[in-house]
Amino acid sequence: MLKALQLEPEKCTGCLQCEMACSYENEGIFNPSKSRIKVFTFHEEGRFAPYTCTQCAEAWCLHACPVEAIVINPVTGSKDVLEDVCVGCKVCTIACPFGTVNYNADTGKVIKCDLCGGEPACASACPTQAITYVDADHTGLDRMRAHAAQTIPRN
Amino acid sequence: MAWTRKILRVNLTKGTCVAEPLNMDWATKYLGQRGLASKYLAEEIDPACDALSPANNLIMATGPLTGTMASTGGRYSVITKSPLTGAIACSNSGGFIGNEIKNAGWDMIIFEGKSPKPVYLYLENDNATLCSADEIWGKSVWETDDILHTKYQDPLLRIAAVGRAAEQGCLYSAVVNDKHRAAGRSGVGTVMASKNLKAVAVRGTKGVGNIRDPQAFIRATVEGKRVLAENAMTGEGLGALGTQALMNVINEVGAMPTRNMREVQFEGASKISGEAMLEPRESDGKANLTTNGACFGCTIACGRISTIDPQHYTIADKPQYAGNSGGLEYEAAWALGSNTGVDDLDALTYANFLCNEDGYDPISFGATVSAAMELFQIGALTTKDTGGLELKFGSAEALTKAAELVAIGEGFGKDLGLGSKRLCDKYGHPELSMTVKGQEFPAYDPRGIQGMGLAYATSNRGACHLRGYTVSSEILGVPVKTDPFATEGKPELVKAFQDATAAVDSAGLCVFTTFAWTLEDIAPQVAAACEGNWTAESMVEAGERIWNLERKFNIDAGLTAADDTLPERLLKDAAKTGPAKGKVNELGKMLPQYYQIRGWTVDGVPTAETLARLSV
Repeated sequence: MLKALQLEPEKCTGCLQCEMACSYENEGIFNPSKSRIKVFTFHEEGRFAPYTCTQCAEAWCLHACPVEAIVINPVTGSKDVLEDVCVGCKVCTIACPFGTVNYNADTGKVIKCDLCGGEPACASACPTQAITYVDADHTGLDRMRAHAAQTIPRN
Repeated sequence: MAWTRKILRVNLTKGTCVAEPLNMDWATKYLGQRGLASKYLAEEIDPACDALSPANNLIMATGPLTGTMASTGGRYSVITKSPLTGAIACSNSGGFIGNEIKNAGWDMIIFEGKSPKPVYLYLENDNATLCSADEIWGKSVWETDDILHTKYQDPLLRIAAVGRAAEQGCLYSAVVNDKHRAAGRSGVGTVMASKNLKAVAVRGTKGVGNIRDPQAFIRATVEGKRVLAENAMTGEGLGALGTQALMNVINEVGAMPTRNMREVQFEGASKISGEAMLEPRESDGKANLTTNGACFGCTIACGRISTIDPQHYTIADKPQYAGNSGGLEYEAAWALGSNTGVDDLDALTYANFLCNEDGYDPISFGATVSAAMELFQIGALTTKDTGGLELKFGSAEALTKAAELVAIGEGFGKDLGLGSKRLCDKYGHPELSMTVKGQEFPAYDPRGIQGMGLAYATSNRGACHLRGYTVSSEILGVPVKTDPFATEGKPELVKAFQDATAAVDSAGLCVFTTFAWTLEDIAPQVAAACEGNWTAESMVEAGERIWNLERKFNIDAGLTAADDTLPERLLKDAAKTGPAKGKVNELGKMLPQYYQIRGWTVDGVPTAETLARLSV
């Protein structure tokens, strides 16, 4: 079963545990500036929103890459950057409509979410379950359940 | 490790920014943040200096766990000599600037001297630059934040700034970061402004590494987060109601200081409580509270994010306050509300917004307004003195107008900016000032919670609940329940809380974790991150060392045992209602024993043996 990251902004408190978990998993250091997942704060609206790569089926980044450095992970379905192949041209960062592929000036390569190979550290670290790793075909299951509970009461 | 081992020393007089290595000998004794910066302050300034002169230093310090995945590991403190108390000041803040300083590669920033012209520090990793503050001097914290974010085109820039209150010399000005978190108490913002330092803008991309044993650290911090999640207060109560969960609880036990601490219960408490913040209002059907929010790395997320009722008089022609901002915490709701007799939740929220917008401590401000209200009531203050302001207890209009005046330091706002002690002295009634060492009380009446009386009297920064929160034990039963009316055992309890808290404040963690954590939970996290032998016992010892260092600083600054006292009102006027009816605080029964177990003389001076034992 293919799984996907499910993001529920209404549960997010903006603590950035996910950003630290991501950078620690991928860079071995607590460094939000190197996180593949980002949390945005909309101060005046009182809202927080985590955001990262949704692993598009037809991935713009993958198609745009001139050196085929972005490949599909056969196990998780994630679109992974092959560091050895990436030349840092950044065309993928332009191609991605959502901005979730980014350049890392320290390495000269791009970085993006690779679902940590199937155990996403951000989801494990999130204290409020605003980030979960669920059946990719049923990311709406919890919301469906909540609405079902309201709209189909027991007689 | 976990320390970056680097200090940025900024000499504002000369305009220089120089990197220097962290004194690791001190770090392994004083840990970081409060303890370590206090050591630097005590070694580098004359404690007897004028707090607002260039001879004072101001230190922004992180702890070893700041910027890590430890829950609440985003704290920083501002350490300096206080202009309000003349004692050592250490004000702790969350938000996101502490981790940013650490990510930029610095354990602390020491500001010395005074800049000839207003400046701000721009810090991007190793690049530290003092820049002209012409475009932000005279602006509020919020405007400053917006201007600098726009100027640098960098939404991830983290900014700490002082507002107009500090520029105008308000003695309880705060250093506000991320628009609504504050190093709030003791006038640390006043010191910053006195140095012509308007703001610190930081961007760090280096990350926080140097963890001694990374695997052990992840294990210890995951376990710590589990403990927080499973605790009723840190796992549920603080997220749902914030610290405002305490409003009704403390009122019921009769320890809610009311109308300048003349009473101990407030009839309007439920209207300004955490529960009231969840009630939909008539105008737009929304509640005061929009959501809760977390500081960096915090899995408790007690922060309040609120709006003011769009129909409320305070914002009728002020769209800038229509959005969400930092809402009422318990201390602010008490000081602005119960202590002034105002039960208008929106007026309190508005006053709280102003405290954040222009950087002044809502506790000291509310307590000063309440003292002014009592002066007004007895006729010692008149509308001639206040510029026409009818400072009556219970008047929301008086409160919000006073907040507007203090924010910009105009009219009677100048007098209110003096703080309760100097205000009451000026108008001939020093007995009406509810302060210790010149700092205003927080929200727990020590007639109904005896240990808090001792904690206030002996706190190294004047009246303060965060230096020894025995409320935890005496009211909430954490870690063990003690009788709030008993004095027996309280010296030991106060000392234990003071020492443990000093250690927590030096680690980079938030003291609110201690509703669930003891040092047995914290020590493994520190030990996995840091060099040195960090156990619960060694952390207590570090805490005691820090406490004695602070005490020694204060004695060298000229404070004496005579300053370890409470206002007569709390020692002689019995509580009028509630469970504590008939009680006064019996400080005299506790203080001598406290000095003794501290290893101090009968005059409250640490003995040579005590200082040697702790290698202060």
